[in-house]
Amino acid sequence: MNIDTIQQRLLEEVADLHDVPEGAYNLRSNGQSIGRNTTANIDIQSKADGSGIDIRIKDGTVNESVHIPVILSESGIKETVYNDFFVGDNCDVLIVAGCGIDNCGNQDSQHNGIHRFYIGKNSRIRYVEKHYGSGDGSGKRILDPVTEVYIEEGSTVEMEMAQIKGVDSTERTTLAELKEGAKLVIRERLMTHGEQHALSVYKVSLNGDASSADIVSRSVARDTSYQKFDACIIGNAACSGHTECDSIIMDNGRILAVPSLEANNIDAALVHEAAIGKIAGDQLIKLMTLGLTESEAEEQIINGFLK
Amino acid sequence: MLELKNISFNIEDGDGKAEIIRDISLTIPDNKFVVITGPNGGGKSTLARLIAGICPLSSGKIVLDGTDITGMSITERARMGIGFAFQQPVRFKGLTVLDLLRIAAGTKISVCQACDYLSEVGLCAKEYIDREVNSSLSGGELKRIEIATILARDVKLAVFDEPEAGIDLWSFNNLIRIFEKMRSSDKNRTILVISHQERILNIADEIVVLADGKILKQGSKDEILPDIIGTQYAAGVCSRIG
Repeated sequence: MNIDTIQQRLLEEVADLHDVPEGAYNLRSNGQSIGRNTTANIDIQSKADGSGIDIRIKDGTVNESVHIPVILSESGIKETVYNDFFVGDNCDVLIVAGCGIDNCGNQDSQHNGIHRFYIGKNSRIRYVEKHYGSGDGSGKRILDPVTEVYIEEGSTVEMEMAQIKGVDSTERTTLAELKEGAKLVIRERLMTHGEQHALSVYKVSLNGDASSADIVSRSVARDTSYQKFDACIIGNAACSGHTECDSIIMDNGRILAVPSLEANNIDAALVHEAAIGKIAGDQLIKLMTLGLTESEAEEQIINGFLK
Repeated sequence: MLELKNISFNIEDGDGKAEIIRDISLTIPDNKFVVITGPNGGGKSTLARLIAGICPLSSGKIVLDGTDITGMSITERARMGIGFAFQQPVRFKGLTVLDLLRIAAGTKISVCQACDYLSEVGLCAKEYIDREVNSSLSGGELKRIEIATILARDVKLAVFDEPEAGIDLWSFNNLIRIFEKMRSSDKNRTILVISHQERILNIADEIVVLADGKILKQGSKDEILPDIIGTQYAAGVCSRIG
């Protein structure tokens, strides 16, 4: 597999990959698969119509991982890819996705990853997705991911989604449906700068008794960027749900937080929290009394907040 | 040595100009434990903030070890060796105790070194090192972490603004022990504490009584403490905590 230094850098940013990953993987670069590996338990097949891949994980697969990073280093590529995950019962698997775009040209580059997860019973999935953009061309770097998660009885899905740098426009939609005893934990970290726009929409339906969801978003909006966080948890059973949006605004950044809850069952217990504000003056002063300059203090506070 | 030379601090309020610090001159020699006491609203905390550079002087000069630091920023003063512990320690979402101690030390100190500082302030290091410095910590815990950041910095002049504020009696007893230990350590360190707690005054080398923005009395503990004991300037342990 031949990859150049830009592709290598993108892979490091989105998937912490310094080499070909162990276990199952599919690397997609500039619109085509450039490397793939399957294991005895994890199979990856291209869809017949070429629109994406199917990842099938056998019942009882534990301590294995799947990496499916996507990188775009040519300007002007626009693609929508459908990746479907079929995870069996009693699995414990790490899935690493993510997309890195380097756009030095003047045409927009866009990747829309549509990920659908069908999780069996009593499984545990950890999903990590990072978005990263670089390049100094005038072409925009656009990512509009859609994630759908269908969780069967007793399974847990933890999703960690981060977009810290360089993506001009993003509209992220996450839909989830949970059955009895299923659990969904989402940690989203987002930083926008320049004139970037980022929309993050969640709709989580807790359909089974004892199901639960915990969605926490931490974000920073700098310069003249704009963010909208719209999280709705729907309680249709004796369930518990919590959503939290905690944001820092800087410069002329703007944020709209719209947490919402819908309880359709008397035993649904749902909570939402949202807070937006600038960095507290006392926090800056405290770190300055420890010897940091104001801008170093700001950086430490943001790094900690988005950690 | 810290020298305050004719320093004043005024603010403009609704009724015109208010003088918070009025032409104070004070010399704080090296390796001393000095406590500034006085009634609430007398200007004690303002004085501490003026020394750290958090508030600008209206007039006068501040000299540290022969260098005029009047025009220096908070950062520059910190780098000159001034440490400042807040009356209400600041909380940070996401920053851990280890992060804060590393920032204070100015280098990526090892977990082991960080644990030593926590142990010095009576915190079980293992339990705290990865905790976020957020609202899950109690006032007493935050105060001790605040002091640990001063220890990690190894400052020439450590300024503590009402260290007893917002902590419980048990934590207060620990605090006294920490100060006694800092005082007896062989580090070349001057400690300036804003407090009206009798037990803190009792371990002072020197006491300064500040009221209405001016120095009322100043001298060794033996000279000053007998005069003020039992007054609001030297309160018993249970009367003024919190």
